[in-house]
Amino acid sequence: MKPSRLPLIVTWAVIAFFYVPIVILVANSFNSSRFGGSWESTSLKWYVRLMNEPSIWHALTNTLAIATAATLISMVLGTSAAFALHRFAGSKLQKLHYSIIYTPLVLPEILMGLSMLLFFVALKVQLGLATIAVAHVTFCLSYVAMTVLARLQDFDFAIIEAAQDLGAGWWTTVWKVLLPMLAPGILAGGLLAFTLSIDDFVISFFVAGPGSTTLPIKIYSMIKYGAPPLINALSTILLAITFLCVIASQYLSNRGRPAA
Amino acid sequence: MRKILAAETSGSGVRKRRTQRPVSEFLVFEDVSKHYGAVKAVDHVSLTVKQGEFFSLLGPSGCGKTTLLRILAGFEQPDTGRVLLGGEDVTDLPPYERKVNTIFQSYALFPHLSVWDNIAFGLKVAKRPKREIKDEVARMLTLIQMEDQAWKKPDQISGGQKQRVAIARALVNKPRVLLLDEPLAALDLKLRQRMLIELDLIHDEVGITFLYVTHDQGEAMSLSDRIAVMKLGKIEQLGTPAEIYEAPRSSFVAAFIGDTNFFDGTVAEPLEKNSVLDGFLSVAVDKDYSRLKIEDFPDLECFNDKQIKEGEHVFLSIRPEKLRISRERPEPGPHLNVIEGRVEDVIYLGSQTKYWVRTGDYRISVIRQHSRFLLDEKPIRWGERVWVSWHADDGFMLEKYSEQDENLIQLPPEEVGETTESNQILVRAPAAGAVPAGAAGR
Repeated sequence: MKPSRLPLIVTWAVIAFFYVPIVILVANSFNSSRFGGSWESTSLKWYVRLMNEPSIWHALTNTLAIATAATLISMVLGTSAAFALHRFAGSKLQKLHYSIIYTPLVLPEILMGLSMLLFFVALKVQLGLATIAVAHVTFCLSYVAMTVLARLQDFDFAIIEAAQDLGAGWWTTVWKVLLPMLAPGILAGGLLAFTLSIDDFVISFFVAGPGSTTLPIKIYSMIKYGAPPLINALSTILLAITFLCVIASQYLSNRGRPAA
Repeated sequence: MRKILAAETSGSGVRKRRTQRPVSEFLVFEDVSKHYGAVKAVDHVSLTVKQGEFFSLLGPSGCGKTTLLRILAGFEQPDTGRVLLGGEDVTDLPPYERKVNTIFQSYALFPHLSVWDNIAFGLKVAKRPKREIKDEVARMLTLIQMEDQAWKKPDQISGGQKQRVAIARALVNKPRVLLLDEPLAALDLKLRQRMLIELDLIHDEVGITFLYVTHDQGEAMSLSDRIAVMKLGKIEQLGTPAEIYEAPRSSFVAAFIGDTNFFDGTVAEPLEKNSVLDGFLSVAVDKDYSRLKIEDFPDLECFNDKQIKEGEHVFLSIRPEKLRISRERPEPGPHLNVIEGRVEDVIYLGSQTKYWVRTGDYRISVIRQHSRFLLDEKPIRWGERVWVSWHADDGFMLEKYSEQDENLIQLPPEEVGETTESNQILVRAPAAGAVPAGAAGR
């Protein structure tokens, strides 16, 4: 009997549904026409224009600075959280801890953004890069913690004992054994956090201050002033960065696991 | 023969002598206890291991053998007692300050390091000169015959090789004691037998004291100089493999080590010793032997080394290979016990045949070695009436073999794959079969 073609058709339909809009956007970023409806000629015109737009450069620097800071902080905090969660799994306190870590993954962003804004205002904190970075840590941390926790599940703790048994003190064990073994997990979580931070619009929008425009906010404001070809080019760049990070993250989180 | 063994193992004579000579006390556990909640993992254990000895802690899962090893390694703190190594109290030292190294059941190799770096780990941590590290690691790689695999990662080598790397990684630090925690449990039968021989060779070569933890009596018997059989956190019996097998001090040991038959009986009067002295016949009480009454059996004789009193209830334990089976009633002899039965099952095993003989409520397991060409002698078949006989010295009067003992022995080994079961079944399973016939039949 011939295998049914239905699954194949459905698969392609789903892929099309997801990616056709993105493909159109990417294609249009290379279209020299101002309007997406007609194809004039292939050109990098919009990318060149993008290069000469200082406000975009400024937004990009902001975004990268925030993403880097948020990622580094959440890597440290997330890893520590994962350790506590794994080591004391089953205790009541850790069950609560787990819920706290898990909640940001499912909480509506708009709620987080709004509550964070109210929080900062109540504390009379000057809104700016720092507040965005802190806000990003709140959800990035959860992703790092979850990725590292997954790796800890199949971590053989006899290895830690083996290191101590061979004469390694606590510090040496952490640096020579624990961190190198968990590094792929921590990095994968970090990259995930990095992409999420770069992409984030809603939360950033709430807690951004004057002069701390990030790339997604910039794109949004550009739409208001109507510059679609530029946005296409910018989005394509953002898309490329995101894809690279996700691929690297997946590669890392699979590496070093037992093959079986 | 029997009396010599009994003399050696009986009482605390051996241990007492040792406490008077503290020089030979290389590794000492002194009144060590460890509780986990309400569970007594180790219950006031005192134990002395000699330098260079291959010493095994043997017992079913949950008997505390691993806990005792982890206390020596420093991963667990005892609730009471102390541990002395070479005269020095190491009870409070952290694991990384103890001159002992462990081989873990899961090997616990560092997956991110090559074989070479795994072996070098201990020396690097100890900040030894580069030159020395290189030489020592090379020496170890030669010992485990893995020179050409030095740069492979642990997930690129086989189970047996991982095992060898784990041994090298521990030995390279020249530990005073090498601790082995069920090191062969994760290997399949063939590989396990090979590693047994290798472990033995390595022990002979390096001369380090080995403390070996296992639930597999076959491993313990073939490797050890001495064995401590443990049950519920206590040492049940301590001795050489032969002492423990030949002269078990409790029914638990008799059933756990090897295979045995149990008979439920009551001690009767001591035997009379007839002797002709100066032409007169003198009758004296022979305290070494007692009569034993077992339901459905004729009166039996048994060696009574523990001076068990008349009227006491005992379990008589006799190893299957100590029993003789024959078609004709054997000639009566001194201290020879004879009972009659019917063959219920015959299992031909090549070098030996195993018979199950039914007498009353008992199903007796008898092993017969074939030292002669079997086909000439018209082997005993199923359903035949036979005589089973044994010398009174080969029976042991032990305390009751309880259901609790049986449950302990039947426990699955902890965290071990199904491969480890196979050789246990060959050696030990009949013990389980012999008991219900005696114990449950009543």
